Amino acid sequence: MNFSLDGLRTILRACAGEPENGDLDGEVAAITFEDLGYDSIALLETLSRIEQEYGVAVDEAPMDELTTPQALVDYVNSRLARETAHV
Amino acid sequence: MNTGHTAAQEPTAAGRAATHRDALPVFTGLAVAAPNGLGTDAFWSATRKGVGGIGPITHFDAGAYPVRVAGEIHGFDAREHIPSRLVPATDRATQLSLVTTAWALGDAELDPADFGEFDGSVVTANAVGGVEFIQRELQSLWSKGPRYVTAYMSYAWFYGVNTGQISIRHQLKGPSGVVVTGQVGGIDALAQARRRLRDGQRFVVAGGADAPVCPYGLTAGMTAGNLSTGEDPDTAYAPFDRSARGHVPGEGSAMMILEPLGAARERGARHIYGALTGYGATFDPHPATGQPPTLARAARIALDDAGLTPDDIDVVFADGAAEAAADRAEATALVELFGPRRVPVTLPKTMTGRMYGAGAATDVVSALLAIRDGEIPPTIGGGDLAGELGLDLVTGGPRPARLDHALVLARGDGGFNSAAVVSRVP
Repeated sequence: MNFSLDGLRTILRACAGEPENGDLDGEVAAITFEDLGYDSIALLETLSRIEQEYGVAVDEAPMDELTTPQALVDYVNSRLARETAHV
Repeated sequence: MNTGHTAAQEPTAAGRAATHRDALPVFTGLAVAAPNGLGTDAFWSATRKGVGGIGPITHFDAGAYPVRVAGEIHGFDAREHIPSRLVPATDRATQLSLVTTAWALGDAELDPADFGEFDGSVVTANAVGGVEFIQRELQSLWSKGPRYVTAYMSYAWFYGVNTGQISIRHQLKGPSGVVVTGQVGGIDALAQARRRLRDGQRFVVAGGADAPVCPYGLTAGMTAGNLSTGEDPDTAYAPFDRSARGHVPGEGSAMMILEPLGAARERGARHIYGALTGYGATFDPHPATGQPPTLARAARIALDDAGLTPDDIDVVFADGAAEAAADRAEATALVELFGPRRVPVTLPKTMTGRMYGAGAATDVVSALLAIRDGEIPPTIGGGDLAGELGLDLVTGGPRPARLDHALVLARGDGGFNSAAVVSRVP
């Protein structure tokens, strides 16, 4: 299983709405969540939804490092890869 | 406390007379979202004509509940009014409070960005919390598990969240708060706003919001034993009537912008709807003590605060519990204050149901618009005991009247009483 930027877009829209600044469908991969207008609780909600849908435990997610959509996508994919490797 | 309070007979200079006129707290912006009108214009044109918004419950299937009718706002889609970012994080009451705040600021032509970040405060009333939000998350908790409870639950349920979201959205960083005093909160919030202005705040957003029409809200409300089980929307909420059987719950929000008169005039405020000239609040003795309720005293304190006598009051927006004993007690208080049938009394809340934290705030808006338009909105439904109880209840259509001072009364479960006097500003 792979977690894509589009997958993140869908989840962000559902649980945190459109960004306050800019277009979520645009080049957002490297823009910080903060600049997009998503606060920490919106991110927590997003992580929780990712966990529900992708089965990735996010209890120990390094929140302070996951500051952009790309960082979050990469983190989730690294976890998915690790879990696949364990199977 | 002196139970022989004689202020009404001997007005003191404690209120308006002692207040420098420039400091008089005035209303410069208003907004209402109510079951009989989404937006002030829709609400007021319906209210003037006596068009009610109580109907069969549609927000959920109420077939299994003893309460079948409510005041619901139809056609409200939060996404049309507030950033989508906020929609998943907010209860309906919060959404209504955000919408009405934006409208009230627009009505006042007041842009908080033109002021210092600490110049504006927010004070809102809320009685039941984000009940619909709570219910949804409790359903997730018990059906799916704790991991499925949204992170937004941490604040979205809370009484103070409306003030918080308004503060964030409009960057109002002055001292702010919430009053949780049941159905009188809409008046208490205005009193707290007045304190903030006296402390030097430049402007305050104040009002109330509640959205209790969901299974959890209704079930919680039913425990008080005073919700109407009537199934006919026209007769279910019948204050001052032989058929009185409790009230119909309603959802709504009313927000107002308050500023000191001098500063409002200086910035060229478009509207000065009126002033908050008097406020009084009491809490009833426990019924077991045999001591009478204290609504009349709250009204006297408010009149005294305004430097007015009962003769100065041109209209009363009454509480209208629609419970036999409480109706009688309110009528007794009004007759004691004013004499039998000496002042027009009205209950526009018969068109909306009782909107808890929003109820008294909405009545204040109605009082201000009645003063502006020289017309008392009618009471619909009920009222067949009014004459017998000594009340001149306005029914059958609006009543033209020159209005300078209006008294707004509110009571809440458990013994809350609050009274506000709002006055024309010449």
